Amino acid sequence: MARPVETKAFTLEEMGYSLFLALLAVVCVILAGKAWDWQLAVHATVGAIFAAGGIFLIIKGYQTRLANPAMEIDGKPNYNMGPVKFAAIASMFWGVAGFLVGVYIASELAFPLINFDLPFLNFGRLRPLHTSAVIFAFGGNVLLATSFYVVQRTSQARMPGIVTPWFIVLGYNAFIVIAGTGYLLGVTQGKEYAEPEWYADLWLTIVWVVYLLAFLGTLWRRREAHIYVANWFYLAFIVTVAMLHLGNNVSVPISPYSLKSVQVFSGVQDAMVQWWYGHNAVGFFLTAAFLGIMYYFVPKRADRPVYSYRLSIVHFWALIFIYIWAGPHHLHYTALPEWASTLGMTFSIILWMPSWGGMINGLMTLSGAWDKLRTDPVLRMLVVSVAFYGMSTFEGPLMSIKAVNGLSHYTDWTVGHVHSGALGWVGFVSFGALYCLFPWLWNKKAVYSLKLVSWHFWLATIGIVFYICAMWVSGIMQGLMWRAYDKLGFLEYSFIETVAAMHPYYAIRALGGALFLLGSLIMVYNLYMTVVHGEDAEGVTAGSPALAPAE
Amino acid sequence: MAQQELDHLSGQTTTGHEWDGLKELNTPLPKWWLYVFYVCIVWAIGYWFVYPSWPLVSDYTKGFFGPSMRSAAIADYEGGNAARLANASGLADAPLDKIKSTPAFLEFAMANGKAAFGDNCAPCHGSGATGGPGFPNLQDDDWMWGGKLEDIYQTIRFGIRSGNDKMRDMTMPNFGKDGILTKEQVADVATYVMSLSDTAVKGTDSGKQLFADNCASCHGEDAKGNIEMGAPNLTDKIWLYGSGVAAVEVQVNQPKHGVMPAWEGRLDPITIKSLAVYIHSLGGGK
Repeated sequence: MARPVETKAFTLEEMGYSLFLALLAVVCVILAGKAWDWQLAVHATVGAIFAAGGIFLIIKGYQTRLANPAMEIDGKPNYNMGPVKFAAIASMFWGVAGFLVGVYIASELAFPLINFDLPFLNFGRLRPLHTSAVIFAFGGNVLLATSFYVVQRTSQARMPGIVTPWFIVLGYNAFIVIAGTGYLLGVTQGKEYAEPEWYADLWLTIVWVVYLLAFLGTLWRRREAHIYVANWFYLAFIVTVAMLHLGNNVSVPISPYSLKSVQVFSGVQDAMVQWWYGHNAVGFFLTAAFLGIMYYFVPKRADRPVYSYRLSIVHFWALIFIYIWAGPHHLHYTALPEWASTLGMTFSIILWMPSWGGMINGLMTLSGAWDKLRTDPVLRMLVVSVAFYGMSTFEGPLMSIKAVNGLSHYTDWTVGHVHSGALGWVGFVSFGALYCLFPWLWNKKAVYSLKLVSWHFWLATIGIVFYICAMWVSGIMQGLMWRAYDKLGFLEYSFIETVAAMHPYYAIRALGGALFLLGSLIMVYNLYMTVVHGEDAEGVTAGSPALAPAE
Repeated sequence: MAQQELDHLSGQTTTGHEWDGLKELNTPLPKWWLYVFYVCIVWAIGYWFVYPSWPLVSDYTKGFFGPSMRSAAIADYEGGNAARLANASGLADAPLDKIKSTPAFLEFAMANGKAAFGDNCAPCHGSGATGGPGFPNLQDDDWMWGGKLEDIYQTIRFGIRSGNDKMRDMTMPNFGKDGILTKEQVADVATYVMSLSDTAVKGTDSGKQLFADNCASCHGEDAKGNIEMGAPNLTDKIWLYGSGVAAVEVQVNQPKHGVMPAWEGRLDPITIKSLAVYIHSLGGGK
C-alpha cells in the first residue's frame, strides 16, 4: 500500500486558468463600465464575479489538496467524480426549474390572465427560459454527468486535468445563468433554441472546445483497444453541437459594448441555417447524446450484453450521416426552394430505420431480462424511454412528409410530438440514468426507495399521456379548423375561434405537465434521501473517492 | 482483451470486447430492419426523380413531370379566388343598398364579412362584435360616427384617427388637465352628465350651465350627441370608457381617444363592402 508521496505543485494548468480568468475578469469590468445596455452591464458584472470566484476556487483547491491527484491508485483508475456529482445535482435543480416554468407557461396558454401583464412573466420571455432550461440546463447537465462518468468508466481512465473538468461543468452552468437571466431581461437574438446573444455564445464556445478536448483526452488514455459505442454517440454529439453552435451564431455585435448583434445570413438563408441548427440540435443533443446514455445504462441495469454490435455500428453511422440533411422539413411550404424541402423530407424518411436501430438495440438488450421490469422500476423507466423514442422517431418522419406537414405544421401536434420525445424519451432516460448514478456516485447500495421510483414512473407516464393526447386532438382539430371553408369559399373559422376551441386541451396539457413535475419532485426527494440516508455499499466508506476495480 | 464467449440466453457469441463489464453480442442485423431501410432509400430515390430535389451549379433537378409546390399553391390560390368571385360578379360595382337588397349579393357579403370580421375586427370589437371597454359594441344601434350603410363603409375604409387623409377625426379638449375647467367644475359637469341617464344621480344647475357653455357645441343642447363629430350620446346608458361620475370625470379631465385603422389598401374593395353590409346587419344598422 505504499504510495509514492507526490509533492504538490501549482500546475501549469492551474496557472493558465488563473491567468485566463483574471484576464476575463478585467474584460468584464471594462465591459460593465462601458456597456450601452443595462442588461449587458449586469451580465458583465456577473461574469466578473464568476471569473473572480473561479480564481478563488482554483487557489482554494490548491491549498486544500495534499498532492496532485494520481491517475491510478493501486493499479485502479482514480476516477474524477466530483464534477460528475455536481452536474448530476445541477441537472435535478434545472430540471425542476424548467418543468415548473413549463407548467406555468402551459397554464398561461390556458388562462392568459396569469401573465399579470408583467413583461418578465410574458409567454414570449418564459418560453425560451423553459426550452433552454429543460434542453440545455437539465439535459446538458445530465449529459455532462453521464458522459464524464461513462467515458471514464468505459475507458478505465481518469479525466485529464485538475481544473479542466470543473471549468467545463461550472463554465457551462455559468452560461446557463447568463442565458436564462438574459431571457427574463429581454435579451435575445430571436433564434429558436439559440436565443443567447453573442457574448454568451462566445463563452459557450470556449467551454465546449474544452469539453471536447477533455473527452478526447480521456478516450486517448483508454485501456480497451476499442471505443465503447456510448462514447461514439457522445463524441458525435460534442463535435456536431460545436459545429451547429458556430454555424448558427455567425453574428456581428453592433459594438463590443452593445448586447445586440446582427446575423450574417438573412431571409431564407437565415431560416435554413436556423433549422439546420434546430433540427440537428434535436438530432445530436437530444437523440445521439441520449442514445449514449441508453447504451451504457440499459445494458448495465439489465445486466445483459448489448443486443447487436453490428446494428450499433450501422445505425450509428447511418444516423450521423442522414440526420444532418433533415432540417428543411421544418420549412415546408415557405420561401425555401422546393428542392431543399424535398431533400429534407426524403432524408427524414430514410432516417426512420437508423433511428429505430437504437430502439431495437435498447429493447432487445432486455431479451432474457424482461422479468426485471416487474421488480425494477428504474429499468422500467429506461425501457419506456426507449419505447417513447421509437414512437417519436416514427412520428417525426411521418410529420416531415409534405402532405402531412401541411396539416400538422404550426399546430399543437408539433408541440405534442416534441414532448413525447422530450418528456418520454429524454426525460425518462435521464431519470433512469440519475436513479442509477446517484447510488453509484455516493457509494450507496441502492436508491432510497424503489416504491417512490414507481410513483414517479406512473405519475410521469400518466402526465405524458395526458399531454400528448391533448396535443394530438387539439393539433389535428386546429389544422382542420384552419383549412375549413364554407360553401362560398370563405374560411369557416376565424383564428380566434380556433384559439378558443383549444382551451380544454390546454388545460389538460397543463395538468399533464403538473403530474410530470410532481414526479420529478418525488425523484429529488428520493435521491436526496439516497445520498443522506442511503445504506453504504459494502467495502467502501461513504465519501471516499469513487474507486472501482479495473475490469 | 476478453475472449469471445457464448451467451446462453440468446445463443449468440459476444464480440470479445469488454468495457466496465459491458459486452456486446454478435447478433446480425434484423432482416426486417434492413429491408425497411432499403425500401425507404429506394422510395426516396424514386421521389427525387419525380420532384425537384438536387441542387446543381445554377439550377436544380426539376423532376420528371415538372410539378412544383409553388405553382400548385399559386394555382390553388387563384382558382379559389376565381371560384369565390364567380359568386359575386357585379358586386364590386354595386351600390351598398343594392348589395343589401339582392339575396345573392347579401349571402356572399355576409359570408365574406363574417370571415373578414373574425380575423381583422374581432381582436378589438370581440368575436361576437359586442366590443369591450374602449372598443364600441357593434351589435347595438348606438353609433358614434353614424350607423347608416354609407357611414359604416366610410369608417371602415378610412378609419378613426388612423392617419389616413380621409379619416374620421375629432378631439375632445382636456377640460381639466388644460385648465379650461377647475377640478370642482369638472366634478360638477360630470355629475350633471350622469344625471341625464341615471335617476339616482342629482345634477345641479351650475353643472347644467357648464354643460351648455362647454359641451353642448359638440354633444348637443339635449346631450344626444352628434354623429358628424363623433360625439357620443350622453343620455343613454352606453359608456365607452365606463359609467359613473368618477369615470366621466376622468374622461372630462383628459379624454381617451380610440384609434381604428383604415382598412382601404389592407383589405380588397369587395371585402370592405362586405364588412360594411355585415356590420350593418348585426342588429343596429340604421
